[in-house]
Amino acid sequence: MSQGNISLSHGGGGVETQQLIQTLFYRYFDNDLLKQAEDAAVFETSGALAFTTDSFTVTPLFFKGGDIGKLAVAGTVNDLAMMAAQPLYLSCAFMIEEGLPWKTLERLVQSMAQELKKTGAKVVCGDTKVVPKGAVDQVFINTSGIGQLALPTQTAPTAHGLQAGDVIIVSQDIGRHGAVILAERETLQLQTPIESDCTSVWPAVEALLDAGVPLHALRDATRGGVAAVLNEWAQASAVSIDVQEAQVPISESVQGICELLGFEAYDFANEGTFVLSVPASAASDALAILHQFDFCENAAVIGEVLEFQPGLVILSSAWGAQRVLELPQGELLPRIC
Amino acid sequence: MRQTEDHALALQQLYEGFRDPKTLQALAEQITERAQYLSRPLRIMEACGGHTHTVMKYGLKSLLPELIEFIHGPGCPVCIMPKERIDQAIALAQMENTILLTLGDMIRVPGSKTSLAKVSAQGHDVRALYTPMDAIQIAQQHPDKQVVFFAIGFETTTPMTAVVLQQAQQLGLTNLFFHINHVLVPPAVSALLEDDDCRIEALIGPSHVSVIAGAKIYQPLVDSYGLPIVVSGFEPVDVMQSLLMIVEQVLANQPRLQIQYSRAVNWEGNVKAQQLMEQFLQPRATFRWRGLGDIPFSALQLRPEFAQWDAEQVFAHHLSNEALDDHKMCICGDILRGIAQPKDCAVFGRGCDPQRPLGSCMVSSEGACHAYYRYANVPKIPGRSQGAVK
Amino acid sequence: MCLSVPSKVVEIQAGEMATVETMGVRRQVSLALMPETVELGDYVLIHVGFAMNKIDEADALQSLALYQEMIALMDAPHASN
Repeated sequence: MSQGNISLSHGGGGVETQQLIQTLFYRYFDNDLLKQAEDAAVFETSGALAFTTDSFTVTPLFFKGGDIGKLAVAGTVNDLAMMAAQPLYLSCAFMIEEGLPWKTLERLVQSMAQELKKTGAKVVCGDTKVVPKGAVDQVFINTSGIGQLALPTQTAPTAHGLQAGDVIIVSQDIGRHGAVILAERETLQLQTPIESDCTSVWPAVEALLDAGVPLHALRDATRGGVAAVLNEWAQASAVSIDVQEAQVPISESVQGICELLGFEAYDFANEGTFVLSVPASAASDALAILHQFDFCENAAVIGEVLEFQPGLVILSSAWGAQRVLELPQGELLPRIC
Repeated sequence: MRQTEDHALALQQLYEGFRDPKTLQALAEQITERAQYLSRPLRIMEACGGHTHTVMKYGLKSLLPELIEFIHGPGCPVCIMPKERIDQAIALAQMENTILLTLGDMIRVPGSKTSLAKVSAQGHDVRALYTPMDAIQIAQQHPDKQVVFFAIGFETTTPMTAVVLQQAQQLGLTNLFFHINHVLVPPAVSALLEDDDCRIEALIGPSHVSVIAGAKIYQPLVDSYGLPIVVSGFEPVDVMQSLLMIVEQVLANQPRLQIQYSRAVNWEGNVKAQQLMEQFLQPRATFRWRGLGDIPFSALQLRPEFAQWDAEQVFAHHLSNEALDDHKMCICGDILRGIAQPKDCAVFGRGCDPQRPLGSCMVSSEGACHAYYRYANVPKIPGRSQGAVK
Repeated sequence: MCLSVPSKVVEIQAGEMATVETMGVRRQVSLALMPETVELGDYVLIHVGFAMNKIDEADALQSLALYQEMIALMDAPHASN
């Protein structure tokens, strides 16, 4: 059994590559399609498919609540779930910096296998490249995913689907993933109890679909956070969104990071928290279903969709004052003053 | 350790208690009640980016009668930095074998041609610090490099630079240099008040400045100009209470210096911090403030005995002091002097915005233009009552 | 200007350093500017990684009590409706 570090030969296509594939990928991603080891995985489906891809470059590789592997799986299956598509098959490409400890890669692959169990999705094809030191930062992962649409395409959730009178729901308290990554930046040296919200959300989406909750729009609030999602939706659907600040769930420690550095939780990335736009009449059903899942225990209605000024997202305070919630821009730099 | 039970006050209360909606409503009602006796609009300057931020973020204007008008003054150490000094930071960053360190928004503010962020993207080593203390570690980790700390900030941030220099001295570090751009609040406010166009009638005093320097620094402004001054905390309740106190002063026609932020500010300030500042820094005869021009004794520099750490001396041959004018469309100067509002600027939102700032009022999140851009002029949603506590 | 944040001192270390906590988030700060001795449990104001001063808790409580009185006065006339 190999130990030590990944070397260039592991990406060379020869014996070492085979060893790597067998002892890590086949072992942990164990499924028949993968093990056929053809140039491509062949399968049949019926009906409309969703197809997505994402690349993951996060540092640190391991953070509270997850790691780059877990993220690579959850991120892609969540993109499928946001189209109301059941995640089925993933591809997985690793770009590994020469010298990465074998144990690190193994931990990541185990983590990915663990995360896949939540949806039953399978990694059916992949690729491994090993590059010289410095060419990538430890490891980059790309995953592409195929899912089966659970709804006819006309009624699938879409950014263009918001309607005046809808309510906006967030599935969990916001900003955890972005806050964790920021806190774990070496330069900051913050210690917090915050854990990333990184998780596969398909089980909750499936439950909503099974209950017949109309999902006008659905999106995970990744880069750019809730602010980005709401702005994109307001633009795409040509509506306004009014968010009641007092109703937005934010955990105490995320708030703490925001206070310390002058940030707002709306701008932080989430990796397991998603936003929904549903008709007002469906809101309490939607919440009841979400609350059954521990990764949605803090789901809440945070605002409503209005016919007002297309593209405008407003934050209303508890005392009626209003301000615009804008797209975050540039690198998030803390206020020093 | 003192347990929670020993505290009658929970830390949370220091946040929530001073953001409480009902308290805001009560203060708003009192201000509205009292302000009706004002004979004309009252123009109040808040000279501190943090106060601008609070007013805008919490939408305090919607709680206030129209007779209360705000002027957003030069309370942002990045906003008042003249272009030639930003260019100096860039020149230092571009020196070989150099690591340039600074705080926050300084990275983004444009100089005459480029910015620190852009030269960083070109491969120069530029780092935004969360604390000046990190400069010591970085200098120690890179003994082969010149490490220059571009120090910015008002009185609040100045003693930290002094501590870092003290440490550098004690450790015998020879590769850490300081480019000092620390500026002082009272001379700047005084310069504004001297201006004939000045229409400031009261001041919400920068208070973390007073945590260090004491509330005493504002007394001369009261004495010379009869200006009502209230040293205010940064939570919305603090600012609203300070506004109420100012209104009362104006109605009584008895301008004086009051401390609203009494849980953190007193007359004397932090004497230890003041002594450290005194030990390492001295006033400059003059300093050019963007938009305000030359103001005597308004900024600091290293004392001559620390010349070996003074980047302005050690790297003088790399640095130009030629005064550079602002973009011709930019009226940041007038905005900083309280003579114009962002919306009076022809390019506000039309060519100048947070993504493409022409002047520093837009770059820094503390700047008036940036705050206005983000928070002001929200169209009113029909059917919503303003200022009502839910 | 001056983003300064009230925090609680939860650990004191050698070399004039301390760990402070704000809403569950902990960080290291320097005590080099503190004019008086800092004790565990004190509330201090933090600016760019330094503690600047202690917060006067009694004063804060007084302010909060005053605000409660204001609210009571504001609510009182309505209560009789």
